[in-house]
Amino acid sequence: MLGLSRQQSTKCLLPQRQNMMSKGDTTVKTVTLSSSPGRGKKAVAYLKRYWTLYLLLLLPITYFVIFKYVPMQYIQIAFKKYSIVQNVWEMPWADNNGFEYFIKAFENKDFLNALRNTIMLNFLDLLCGFPAPIILALLLTELPFPRYKRVTQTIAYMPHFLSWIIIAGLAKQLFAPTTGLVNNFLGKLGVDPVPFLNEPIWWVVTYIALGIWQSVGWNTIIYLAAIAGINPELYEAASMDGAGRLRKMWHITLPGIRSTIVVLLILSLGRILGSEFDRPYALGNHMVNNVSNVIAIFVYKYGIQGLQFSLATAVGLFQSVVCVIFLFAANALAKRFGERGVW
Amino acid sequence: MIKSKKTKFGDVVVAFLCLVLILVCLLPMLNVLARSLSSSEALIKNKVWLWPNGFNLDAYKMVLKDSKYTWSLIWTAILTVIGTVLSLLMTTICAYPLTYDKLKGRRFFNTLIIFTMYFNAGTIPMYLLLKDLDMLNRPVVLIVPYCLSVFNMIIMRSFFYNIPQSLRESAELDGAGPIRVLVSIYLPMSTPVIATLALFYAVGRWNGFSDSLMFMKKREYYPIQHWLYLLINSMTRIETSTQEGFSPPGLSETLKSATIIFATVPILLVYPWLQKYFITGATLGAIKE
Repeated sequence: MLGLSRQQSTKCLLPQRQNMMSKGDTTVKTVTLSSSPGRGKKAVAYLKRYWTLYLLLLLPITYFVIFKYVPMQYIQIAFKKYSIVQNVWEMPWADNNGFEYFIKAFENKDFLNALRNTIMLNFLDLLCGFPAPIILALLLTELPFPRYKRVTQTIAYMPHFLSWIIIAGLAKQLFAPTTGLVNNFLGKLGVDPVPFLNEPIWWVVTYIALGIWQSVGWNTIIYLAAIAGINPELYEAASMDGAGRLRKMWHITLPGIRSTIVVLLILSLGRILGSEFDRPYALGNHMVNNVSNVIAIFVYKYGIQGLQFSLATAVGLFQSVVCVIFLFAANALAKRFGERGVW
Repeated sequence: MIKSKKTKFGDVVVAFLCLVLILVCLLPMLNVLARSLSSSEALIKNKVWLWPNGFNLDAYKMVLKDSKYTWSLIWTAILTVIGTVLSLLMTTICAYPLTYDKLKGRRFFNTLIIFTMYFNAGTIPMYLLLKDLDMLNRPVVLIVPYCLSVFNMIIMRSFFYNIPQSLRESAELDGAGPIRVLVSIYLPMSTPVIATLALFYAVGRWNGFSDSLMFMKKREYYPIQHWLYLLINSMTRIETSTQEGFSPPGLSETLKSATIIFATVPILLVYPWLQKYFITGATLGAIKE
């Protein structure tokens, strides 16, 4: 939910962390060498010195246990007949060896529709939204005026800070069939009003376009950092050899940020069955339900609104498991092609 | 060096494309601002583009007169402040101990935390947990369940890693304990990362919608995004008590615009000032070598 979409750039950190660890090991040795020989005494000295660290960790670890691990026990109800009076451990198993609700899900038209929409919207997002920040980052690096570049960046980051509710509010006014700015403008050009948010195909186009609008600026940050790390001598040498702007982009910049692209691509592939909630929920309306209904919305409607907890949990579990499998598969694939991968 | 004409032409093209980008980002905001400041008659006649027509502030006054919206704005601000402070505290006390290489069990704690990033229980288990904890429909449900983000914790941890170990070691030789080191060495050096994470958490809370939709049924605790959602989809309206039973057509549209502006402005006022911080924060540790 909050911040799920921010997961993106995390994993690239891991290799660096391991470096740190190996650096740390040497420090550990020097400390242990200098302290007294007795094992018990050493433990006491260690605790005396560092017990406060455990004290600090107590609260965060408690948080993770309660809000991330304890809920996992409720995953059982995907395989059980939910009953409000019983403890989750005592509920009776569902039919078909417990897989009743998974079978029901795959017989449910709404779920199959949600599954199709989730894959379709994520795939289109990947296809159109993934290259966009790379292109923009290339463009920004070519911009020769530093102050203008800064202003462009500041403004391009802005949509990232807007909630999907706000964006939906803007879009509904902007794209309204008769009163919206865009259709008014198209009308002046003699084009008939376009039902941007009220007709399934146009809705999908608008959904993807708004996604790019919202994220393209923000996602350049990571590519710009990668481009900044490319050795400038390469560009100088290429200029000497008479390479133009486009050739330098193609032969130096793009190869220079390839590993970044691969890592982000893996993460995107890992999310192909993940689903956002706010975005389709805020942009959707009853005219486009058959394309805007995604898995997260299905879970909300059937689970929290419809109280079919077992079915909704089964669907959620299916989604989580497939996401993990996809992530591992994408990572393995990248490694096979000689890239560093996510971990 | 002699610049060829071709290069200059390329610069112009690039500058132009950036201008298009700026316009695409700004025009929707300008349009909604103009609508919120226009008269409802001008709006209904499609006379509002990017500049207000029949300038007035009535829409803003009406939104502010509707106590549920003013309260919701105040309430969301309170939630944002409390939530951000709590989140920053939790993130710091989680990230800091994990930077100690000597900490026994560090690997275990790291695994325990990172695992939750890849696999989470899902919406319904979370709902049932909150129900069992009796947190549903209480204000605390909007603050505590998502107060610590693993992603943000990793950003802070990477930042701490970049602070030279020698500083810590020399302080420890002088007899400073871990907490003392945190307070007097690490935190004063961590302004960039604290500013970045404060922004991320605050924006996340201010923009938060789905947790309220799923876990909060009491209207008096709806954050502003929840009200805005209901308003945009005409599931609720702003009480215009001045005109009994009559509101001119188009008025509801200016009111929606004004509410969008109220929900947007706090963020737009803050983020540009923190740009130099959040860029380092967002890239921190992401690309090395």
